[in-house]
Amino acid sequence: MTSPRRLKSVDAVIIGYGWTGAILAKTLTDAGLSVVALERGPARDTSPDFEFPRIADELKHAIRGDLWQPLANETVTIRHGLNDVAVPYRKYGSFVLGNGVGGAGVHWNGQLWRASPEDLSLRSRIEQRYGKKFIPPEMTIQDYPVTFGELEPHFDHFEKVCGVSGTAGNLRGQIKPGGNPFEGPRSDEFPTPPLPGIFSAQLFEKATAELGYKSFPTPAANSSIAYTNPYGVRLGPCNLCGFCERFGCFLYSKASPQTTILPILNGRSNLEVRTNSYVTRILLDNTGKTATGVLYVDDSGREVEQPASLVVLSAFQMHNVRLLLLSKIGAPYDPASGKGVVGKNYAYQMCAETAAYFSEDVEINPFIGAGAAGQRVIDEFNSDHFDHSQLGFIGGSLIYAGATGGRPIDQMMVPPGTPSWGAGWKAAIRKHYRHSAPLGTQGSVMSYQDRYLSLDPTYTDGHGLPLLRMTFDWHANEYKMAAYSASKMEEIVRAMKPDKQATILMRPGNPYDVRIYQSTHTTGGAIMGTNPSNSVINRYSQSWDVPNLFVYGASAFPQNIGYNPTGLLAGLAYFSADKLRGAYLKSPGPLISS
Amino acid sequence: MDRRRFLFGAAPVGLATLVSAGCARGTATQSHSYAPTYFRPPEWEFVLAAVSRLIPADGPGPGAIEAGVPEFIDRQMELPYGHGSYFYLKGPFHPESPVTLGYQLRYTPREIYRLGIEAANAAARASHGMEFARLEAARQDEFLESLQKGQLVLPTVPAPGLFGQLLENTKEGYFSDPIHGGNRDMVAWNWIGFPGARADFTDWIDQPGVKYPYAPVSIGGPRT
Repeated sequence: MTSPRRLKSVDAVIIGYGWTGAILAKTLTDAGLSVVALERGPARDTSPDFEFPRIADELKHAIRGDLWQPLANETVTIRHGLNDVAVPYRKYGSFVLGNGVGGAGVHWNGQLWRASPEDLSLRSRIEQRYGKKFIPPEMTIQDYPVTFGELEPHFDHFEKVCGVSGTAGNLRGQIKPGGNPFEGPRSDEFPTPPLPGIFSAQLFEKATAELGYKSFPTPAANSSIAYTNPYGVRLGPCNLCGFCERFGCFLYSKASPQTTILPILNGRSNLEVRTNSYVTRILLDNTGKTATGVLYVDDSGREVEQPASLVVLSAFQMHNVRLLLLSKIGAPYDPASGKGVVGKNYAYQMCAETAAYFSEDVEINPFIGAGAAGQRVIDEFNSDHFDHSQLGFIGGSLIYAGATGGRPIDQMMVPPGTPSWGAGWKAAIRKHYRHSAPLGTQGSVMSYQDRYLSLDPTYTDGHGLPLLRMTFDWHANEYKMAAYSASKMEEIVRAMKPDKQATILMRPGNPYDVRIYQSTHTTGGAIMGTNPSNSVINRYSQSWDVPNLFVYGASAFPQNIGYNPTGLLAGLAYFSADKLRGAYLKSPGPLISS
Repeated sequence: MDRRRFLFGAAPVGLATLVSAGCARGTATQSHSYAPTYFRPPEWEFVLAAVSRLIPADGPGPGAIEAGVPEFIDRQMELPYGHGSYFYLKGPFHPESPVTLGYQLRYTPREIYRLGIEAANAAARASHGMEFARLEAARQDEFLESLQKGQLVLPTVPAPGLFGQLLENTKEGYFSDPIHGGNRDMVAWNWIGFPGARADFTDWIDQPGVKYPYAPVSIGGPRT
């Protein structure tokens, strides 16, 4: 066996060059550090990788997933319960993993939400409002160790970086018409105005108004105008092209690391980005309390050691957890005893969908849409915005109307009872394609003692290392939450007066089904908290066990929210970056004593 | 909310009245010459016959043959997709796992067709005395339905696995951009009213509910 090639030490090494990797690369190179960013996938940029017309290829991008992590060499294994045998997630379905420069920030929807203030202090809030007994014993939710007020300046900054289009609903405590009245107080307006709603969103707006709800445009990292962000990077207006989520944006409209941060980092002499570099381990010294760098396999297949004084772990949520476990950093979570923290509190989202089928004189034009822009949403039944006391569950959902492109392989809607093939199917697709609209709920999932991440005992990646194993299924709380949210959605759809409507909803008895796309908002496993016994990282995203290691991404969420995660995880990254630069770099060591 | 549509319309087929009950023999032939690279002659006959029942020429609207679906499928078999490069195919395999845990077979798409078609034709010979492609259209529909529902037990690839592969690839070939070999002349996009790779609705955002007037364009075709 040859020993790894050992490179010259650098100040900081970044693992994963997506959103949080880019945010930290900027912070650390601004501070003058020498930085190496290691990205497992290839280099990618708007040109040539997302150029029109070749990007407008549903089969290549939305079905085969050429921008996604190839599963052939590494996937996760999944089982429903603690006593089941996990099997590999062999084909994409339930969630989609990013790959390459920009990560999933290339092919996300661009729905850029802040968390609600109450999401960040969920356990305290529920206990105060409903009593301690309201939380089932197996539910392991906990407060974030950081408040909305502390994160708000960073939410605001990230929205400006992304040119987010939207309408403020709570400006410095004043409720504003047309926005989300449930959002936490924001210090500023959205940087760009919303695009007009697509037709189904307009029908939704009318129906929700009749029912007394306050709908608003989905906050969209699809810039609506020509816009220059705080870093001097220009974005262009979104044209609702319909090739948004699952695709890279050819118009420089959808915010991605490429369209917002990387242009000012490219060419920095103190930053080196190495693509096709697959990190296999974070290296520790003999005390086990200091990271000395990382081990990775480079693009020619050689094993390389990159020494560094500071390690930034900014891969996707699942990969963060797997690398911690592979590196033996922190105590792995044990579901039997509830002890250990790495892998703890894996959570997901639970979604429902109602299809509205209109008559043939109602032109929905489903192909006009974006991942976020043009959509409309209500927040009445999300988070703790409504009284749960008689409902018997915790959490909630967004309810939205939003076609993202009406792409026919993946997004064709025909009513239940339609045959799946033959002449009947062929007639139905013509009858319904132009006249159908999807509505959806996106709901929170709480964390539980028996839902977690660990290393798989059997299956390995292309380098012979264990895959990550997910143990997950729905709990009663989530079935109730989703049914309640769906009942509200169905009421709205009835008010939109379609010819018919049909709902897909996970009901008790329906296990987690990995074949059906639901959400890529996987969370937890390296959660943040107030002390090493309840968390992997502190409020500044710093590892309790290895203080020169910082971990970023939705792996930090103690439980999931009904919102999309990128706004919250970016806010947490900027909050940490401030502290890193202001305190840690001056005096490296634990930022909070444990 | 990277929302992909749930499986509306995925209900199993049960109503014989919804498919053509004509007694004509299945007469699937490619409407223009294409020599398959992957599929062998008996396999190719099976593919032609099967896709022409999955999306038949019957009634208005283009069938799978007119749309070039067989050519699409054959070309896909020569790409990394056909060789299974998109999927994790390391063992051990647990095909007995709950279906909700997803695909757990050891086969690449190429293998599913190779093994599955051979077994399906053997089953057709056993039950009907002839290969699938020689059956009358109504018998072909019944046979496909028995594959879909798993009423037919094949020795290698599970019958629903073969059927699912066929139906998935057939719809991909029908609806994908013509650069991939199917959806010839954008017939499927014209049929449903999808404008393809236009990808520019700037002047249509403020005309909600009004029918979009422009014909589809494809990635490799003229843009008018």
